[in-house]
Amino acid sequence: MTDHILSQNTPAARDIDIVRSRETRRHRFNAALRYALLTAVGLLMLYPLIWLVGASFKTNSEIFSNPGFWPENPTLDGYIKGWKTSTPYSFGTFFFNTMWIVIPKVIGTAISCTAVAYGFARFDFPFKKVLFSALIATLLLPNVVTRIPQYLIFRDLGWLDSYLPLWVPSALAGDAFFVFMLVQFLRAIPRDMEEAARVDGATTWQTLIFIVVPLLMPALISVCLFQFMWTMNDFLGPLIYISSVDKYPISLALKLSIDTTEAFEWNRVLAMSVLSLAPALAVFFLAQKYFIDGISSGGIKG
Amino acid sequence: MSGDNKFLGLIYLSPFIIGLLVFTALPFLASLYLSFTNYNLMNEPVFTGLQNYIRLFTNDRTFRKSLWVTLIYVFTTVPLKLVFALFMAVILNYKLKFINVFRTAYYVPSILGGSIAIAVLWRYIFADVGLVNMGLALIGFEPVNWFGDPTNALFTITLLRLWQFGSAMVIFLAALQSIDKTLYEAASIDGAGKWTSFVYITLPLITPVIFFNLIMQMVQAFQEFNGPYIITQGGPLKSTYLLPIYIYDEAFKRFDMGYASAIAWVLFLIIMALTLIAFWSSRHWVYYAGDKRS
Repeated sequence: MTDHILSQNTPAARDIDIVRSRETRRHRFNAALRYALLTAVGLLMLYPLIWLVGASFKTNSEIFSNPGFWPENPTLDGYIKGWKTSTPYSFGTFFFNTMWIVIPKVIGTAISCTAVAYGFARFDFPFKKVLFSALIATLLLPNVVTRIPQYLIFRDLGWLDSYLPLWVPSALAGDAFFVFMLVQFLRAIPRDMEEAARVDGATTWQTLIFIVVPLLMPALISVCLFQFMWTMNDFLGPLIYISSVDKYPISLALKLSIDTTEAFEWNRVLAMSVLSLAPALAVFFLAQKYFIDGISSGGIKG
Repeated sequence: MSGDNKFLGLIYLSPFIIGLLVFTALPFLASLYLSFTNYNLMNEPVFTGLQNYIRLFTNDRTFRKSLWVTLIYVFTTVPLKLVFALFMAVILNYKLKFINVFRTAYYVPSILGGSIAIAVLWRYIFADVGLVNMGLALIGFEPVNWFGDPTNALFTITLLRLWQFGSAMVIFLAALQSIDKTLYEAASIDGAGKWTSFVYITLPLITPVIFFNLIMQMVQAFQEFNGPYIITQGGPLKSTYLLPIYIYDEAFKRFDMGYASAIAWVLFLIIMALTLIAFWSSRHWVYYAGDKRS
């Protein structure tokens, strides 16, 4: 096409130049427009969080009079008093409880989902199609239907007010989304190395642990990060199963603090909100690539 | 490698099979049974036939209100969120400097997701003297009664979920990036403008992902709990009293397990019907390039 244009006479070539410079100008204009839009939306997205951090250092009266980020009279009052909480326990207890829910749950999820995904992706067995359909169905099944009988099962097992109802279903590959994500990921990995290992006499367990797990690592990290985040954020699970305040995770403690300090202790609530978001934010910024890869590989290949 | 033992795969699947039977299949059937009973946790469940369902549909104004509010919530939140997520994904798909910074920033609110801290934050931001009204005052607008007014309260919850468009956006973005660029070049040689290319190339190619996001967001939206439970407690005048909150109250506050199960089943049937309609209609609008299903 370029040759064709170059063979034209000079006035036309000049036109082309004009068109080209117009194009560059239009490109620049478009880029500027996009940056403006991106920045505006970005501010809308992040300002509530930025404001939250600033507000946690403000006095109670300033929270509702100063829309800016910087506190006029910065104070640690919210953090100091908020940390003590209105209960006999400090916020530290609630942090510890949260970790005591999150860590076993993440480990159970990682182990069980890896085994199940390996089974689905690398073996043939009776009822495979039925079981895979069941996996997809659980992915779509609203939790709201199974919640009440699950509660009754845990009550009959005597597990109420313990963390077992929160751990056990996940350790039995209960989070179908993660199994699905790992299956999709495994399907994209060539089987050559596994077959070579099998020819050399490795058992399927050895193949799984020494070959598949290392290959699966990026996806597995995504799974762990998502489970970490979702469990940190989980509210309904602990709300239903945990009744003693000394076993409360952060989410229930925060709910308790807005119930008890309604209308006067805003800075305490906001300060503790900042602290409760901090681990999630830190993990997210350290490993954002895994989150983005995880969510896109889970969704796109379905 | 499957040759040595026909059942080896099932051994790897055993945690899933146990979990599926004990924590999904059994509760699923049990909840259907419970929905035909009267059960208050103290006595044995008493079979009452269709009584719960009759009460729901003939004698329960709270249910009707709650169902209506839930439908409005889902049918506004899901389309708005999908359109916004797609729009932002298209913009973030351009090669610009610092584009990854923007992608990450937009994803932050989603990752904090349904956390209680975010619901608490929302409650203060949209309070009568909160951040949003302070901002409106700065540019000369009257303050809005975000949560106190029944016509606004549900919309304010919708805004919270729109703010969290990130995961749908990331999925759209991945789909946009997998589109073959030569298609656009060919179209532009044929004289197609940006909008034409978007409608005739981009949209058809990402229909599988639009479908995936639609289903996922819908199932999620029907189960919204944390936002309205923390921010408005279902009020004012039950204007944010979504069905999951009603179910929770019936089951775990009034211990009316049978009635709660019946509401849960109605909610489930609605979600299932809409999912089936979506799957059925997808034959007509979802386009799978080549032999995608392997």
